[in-house]
Amino acid sequence: MAGKKRLAVWKFASCDGCQLSLLDCEDELLAVAEAVEIAYFPEASSRMAKGPYDLSLVEGSITTEHDALRIRKVRRQSKFLVTIGACATAGGIQSLRNFADVAEFVAAVYASPHYIKTLATSTPISDHVKVDFELRGCPINKTQLLELLSAFLAGRKPVISADSVCTECKQRGNICVMVQGIPCLGPVTHAGCGALCPACRRGCYGCFGPTENPNTAALAAEWQKLGAAPRDIRRAFRTFNAAAPAFRTESEAHGE
Amino acid sequence: MAQDGLSVGVKAVIGREEIGALIAALSARGWRVLGPRVRDGAIIYDDVAGLDDLPAGWTDTQEAGRYRIERRTDAALFGYAVGPHSWKRFLHPPVERLWQARREGDKVTIIAEKNDEKFAFLGVRACELAAIMVQDRVFMEGPYPDTAYRKRRENTFLIAVNCGEAGGTCFCVSMKTGPKAQAGFDLALTELIEGERHEFLVEVGSEAGGAVLADLPRRPAAPEDIAAAEAVTARTANAMGRTLETEGLKELLQGNPEHPRWDDVAQRCLACANCTMVCPTCFCTTIADVSALDGTAERVRKWDSCFSLDFSYIHGGSVRKETKSRYRQWMTHKLAHWIDQFGTSGCVGCGRCITWCPVGIDITEEAASIRADSGKCQEGGNGRA
Ligand code: SF4
Ligand code: SF4
Ligand code: SF4
Repeated sequence: MAGKKRLAVWKFASCDGCQLSLLDCEDELLAVAEAVEIAYFPEASSRMAKGPYDLSLVEGSITTEHDALRIRKVRRQSKFLVTIGACATAGGIQSLRNFADVAEFVAAVYASPHYIKTLATSTPISDHVKVDFELRGCPINKTQLLELLSAFLAGRKPVISADSVCTECKQRGNICVMVQGIPCLGPVTHAGCGALCPACRRGCYGCFGPTENPNTAALAAEWQKLGAAPRDIRRAFRTFNAAAPAFRTESEAHGE
Repeated sequence: MAQDGLSVGVKAVIGREEIGALIAALSARGWRVLGPRVRDGAIIYDDVAGLDDLPAGWTDTQEAGRYRIERRTDAALFGYAVGPHSWKRFLHPPVERLWQARREGDKVTIIAEKNDEKFAFLGVRACELAAIMVQDRVFMEGPYPDTAYRKRRENTFLIAVNCGEAGGTCFCVSMKTGPKAQAGFDLALTELIEGERHEFLVEVGSEAGGAVLADLPRRPAAPEDIAAAEAVTARTANAMGRTLETEGLKELLQGNPEHPRWDDVAQRCLACANCTMVCPTCFCTTIADVSALDGTAERVRKWDSCFSLDFSYIHGGSVRKETKSRYRQWMTHKLAHWIDQFGTSGCVGCGRCITWCPVGIDITEEAASIRADSGKCQEGGNGRA
């Protein structure tokens, strides 16, 4: 194993879907396992080697005091730290708690609420430690993950576009559903999924979070023209990337 | 010239069924025939194997940011205006691998791309022909021609269709590119429908076109047929959905870099890049070098857009950080700087950027607003965005 870069994969508040994307690499998984030493990846192996690590992939958001401390330890042991997915990058769907009273949720869900110790918010990793790169998506796209790993090993910048989903739509030859009357978040959403939903004739749900200068207000105004109610708009911006600042602000501009 | 070919300029009449024969004749000669089809509620360009694949009896309604297809009362094969796709998809593909490389030990082998497809485009509108000629200038002229584009272009057979229907966002008349195809085609069709009659006037535009037409059942065109075809395009010319005043437009845009309209459009524009991707003349690309874990690498060229932040990235950051400067760059390049650079406008008046803008921003309306109150607010400037 000497000489190989050491990889660690960490889980915080999340559903495991992004880590699964790595296991889902199937054909390429062997190549990955040959190229790096998978030192710490509890989801995949019970062998959990100690740090330091050359690259840490971090899934999940920070929702407990304990995790807020743990992410600092992860950072200290990692040369490069890359967040994977909407939870780690923007707080995830669980950041809906940021708009509500978490104590009420806990009381409604758990028989013995006093066992639960949680923060009032779900926050992205970058609110806590320095992040070297963020892979977007709910879940991440495995092609992008492989590109990230290949780039890391080659010592180059990952070729991951920050354009809108619309550019992927057009590359793919999709017919724009928005122009045909279906509200779509694609114009303000970061590319990466390959315009999956529009290819299936659905509007984009915004899984990859906001683009670099999202004009959410103009898009929301167009959604209204297409018949979307304020509540629909509020909810559309409050899904997997509800706490991403641009989406949060837009959602707050529309009532229930 | 093929011995049995018909000469350039010859006009003949063929029946509706002969469009099927034309597709078959082109396929038999080794062309991959691409033409209009209905898919996902739109008329798009894809492979066509015969008459049944064509959008018989379909038309479209288009407005800024709106597109629908509808049934016609007749069975016209080309009774629609240009749709979401353009022929650019094939001649200048959205993603194109330029080469691959493989490393074995110290040895690096370069693997070249095959590029031997022959396209026949069925149903190229006059504005689209003009757009192809604009891209020809961009890619094939100058000291560094794009060899892959040139090869594809040289192998392409173009069947124009003179428009019988103006789209709601069309303004080819303003741009002097249509609705009748003047040059650059191998064959040009005009669909003639009247009562029971459903025929096509065909005009030969090249030797290759003459050779293909020679294989089809046909009759010589009578003066009435030619007059009927002229009437079709004259009617279309009078039904343009949009107009754009081009007189002094270059100077107007270059002289108004700080016009308040740019701030206004930036409020509405999503910087989503749809307008550039659907535009048949926009040609910008980005290059990505990608290495894989297995020792292979490749260089890929992809459509890029002046609406993205990365597009203007140079050492130290991006030049066009705001949507305002990106929209201004796009529109002034298209309608003004293009003329300095290539000697023609970069806009052929196809209307796609208007229809396929998710928020319906209309280049003709933006230009008209700047014209309406230019001068009121000028502090000079050289017009460079
Ligand atoms: S379908 Fe959505 S993502 Fe695709 S081009 Fe239209 S607005 Fe953009
Ligand atoms: S700028 Fe718009 S109208 Fe002009 S050629 Fe491009 S897409 Fe067509
Ligand atoms: S003009 Fe329309 S299509 Fe073009 S970038 Fe702006 S919103 Fe997108």
